Amino acid sequence: MKSVRNHLSLVIALVSILFSLQLYFVVERSIDAYKKNLSNNYSVIAVSKESLATEDIKAMNKLIANVAELSPDNVIKRLNSDMKNTNIELLKLSLPKFYKLSLAYYPTPKEIKELREDLLKSKSITKIEDFSHSHDTVYKLLLLFKNVVSLFALVVLVVTVLLIFKELRIWQYKHNERMTIMALFGAPLWLRSAVLFRLAIVDALIASFVTLGSFVYLSSSPWILEQFNNIGINVIVFDILNDFLMILGVSVSISILLASLIVIGHKEEV
Amino acid sequence: MDKVIVAKDLSLSYSNNEVIINKVNFSIDSGSFVFITGASGSGKSTLLKSLFGALSFKHGSLVVGGVELNNISGKKLNFLRRHLGIVFQDYKLVREWSIDKNIMLPLLINGYMKNVANAQVDKLLKHVRLNHQSGKYPYELSGGEQQRVAMARALAHNPIIILADEPTGNLDEYSSQLIWNLLEGANNQLKTTVIVVTHNIPKNLNVTYRHLHIEYGSVHEIC
Ligand SMILES: Nc1ncnc2c1ncn2[C@@H]1O[C@H](COP(=O)(O)OP(=O)(O)OP(=O)(O)O)[C@@H](O)[C@H]1O
Ligand SMILES: [Mg+2]
Repeated sequence: MKSVRNHLSLVIALVSILFSLQLYFVVERSIDAYKKNLSNNYSVIAVSKESLATEDIKAMNKLIANVAELSPDNVIKRLNSDMKNTNIELLKLSLPKFYKLSLAYYPTPKEIKELREDLLKSKSITKIEDFSHSHDTVYKLLLLFKNVVSLFALVVLVVTVLLIFKELRIWQYKHNERMTIMALFGAPLWLRSAVLFRLAIVDALIASFVTLGSFVYLSSSPWILEQFNNIGINVIVFDILNDFLMILGVSVSISILLASLIVIGHKEEV
Repeated sequence: MDKVIVAKDLSLSYSNNEVIINKVNFSIDSGSFVFITGASGSGKSTLLKSLFGALSFKHGSLVVGGVELNNISGKKLNFLRRHLGIVFQDYKLVREWSIDKNIMLPLLINGYMKNVANAQVDKLLKHVRLNHQSGKYPYELSGGEQQRVAMARALAHNPIIILADEPTGNLDEYSSQLIWNLLEGANNQLKTTVIVVTHNIPKNLNVTYRHLHIEYGSVHEIC
């Protein structure tokens, strides 16, 4: 029972750090996925006096992923249905060309501005519709969401680190006695701190596996999957290999750092 | 006779700089049995602490087992301490370890094989009449029993010098005799140098001993 309590405080602290870290990554990934989704639905319309080759338009800005010419038929139909066919053909020739440009990814407002300027450099392009107003709103909403989550993760991190430093004193006191006694019998530093480092690594492993388990459970939970489905994105909540290695690395580093602090702060009191 | 301890103009004080031991000179032959007495607060424990390098000093010189303790490196001190057997006035048992593991500590540090160490611990537990308490933790033992564990630990690795601070302070007549017999045995059979701080020197001891008395920061030879 006592030994469980010994482990608990560090494990809980580590788990909360790992959780907020992983949560941050999940949000980051969701936003990326969502941006991709948005970029599929978002496009810019360019109006040109004369016909342009797809490759030429693409060369204007690297953001442009695809170009589709919009057929003027719909416009003409609405204008007048009684027009003679020959007139319609003539009209078609004199009408400007409309191009729908799909983008490689969801751009920032600045990138849209640049895109606009690049396109207007071309002599033939006369008008651009970038729907920047609605774009801005969505983009700001995404940023807000991301910032809120980052802030939340940061607060959890700071609070946990403060708690750890408070606990550190208790751990220091607890390990000081044993390390002092071992030193009095001539144990070298590595032997004195071996127990501590073993404890730290075991705690880091426990914390990593608890986090792994929770996220693997979460990522297969139907409720979570449904949430992502609803907004039409597919997010890797927990990449068993990469994320686990990252989490393991972080938690082992933190606990080894803490153990080193205890060893450095050790004072022999007789 | 080889001198195992030589103190020259040794002065000792704690961080508050109050002088506890003032410029003392003494030497102790290898294989001798020495009692240190003195009033409470006279500096007996302080002197003992200096002998195992737990108290750094600014003035004088102190050589233990051929090693100068003034400004000693951590590595050398570790090496020296591995050959000392210390009984602390407050026992200093590791509370989260069983008494067996506590006794095993010096054996572990000195790199004994596991089975040799286990056998040695069993033997020592019998010697201090605690074999029935094997596997228990220090807090499950009486004060006197803990003191005997501390004695067993000090003897475990057959040290060159035993430094014992009031090792019978909490013991009845019978258990005290047990401790004296063990110290006598180590001194007689293994030629271990034994230095004991005590308030009462036992009467029926089978060794010739020296008696040093501490008073007003000085060390006097009584016999
Ligand atoms: N860690 C310390 N810091 C400052 N002063 C100390 C410290 N330990 C002991 N002293 C002081 O040093 C003096 C000698 O203490 P010491 O423990 O050596 O006495 P002692 O002879 O062993 O007494 P006792 O018989 O009661 O154990 C005392 O006046 C005590 O107040
Ligand atoms: Mg004392």
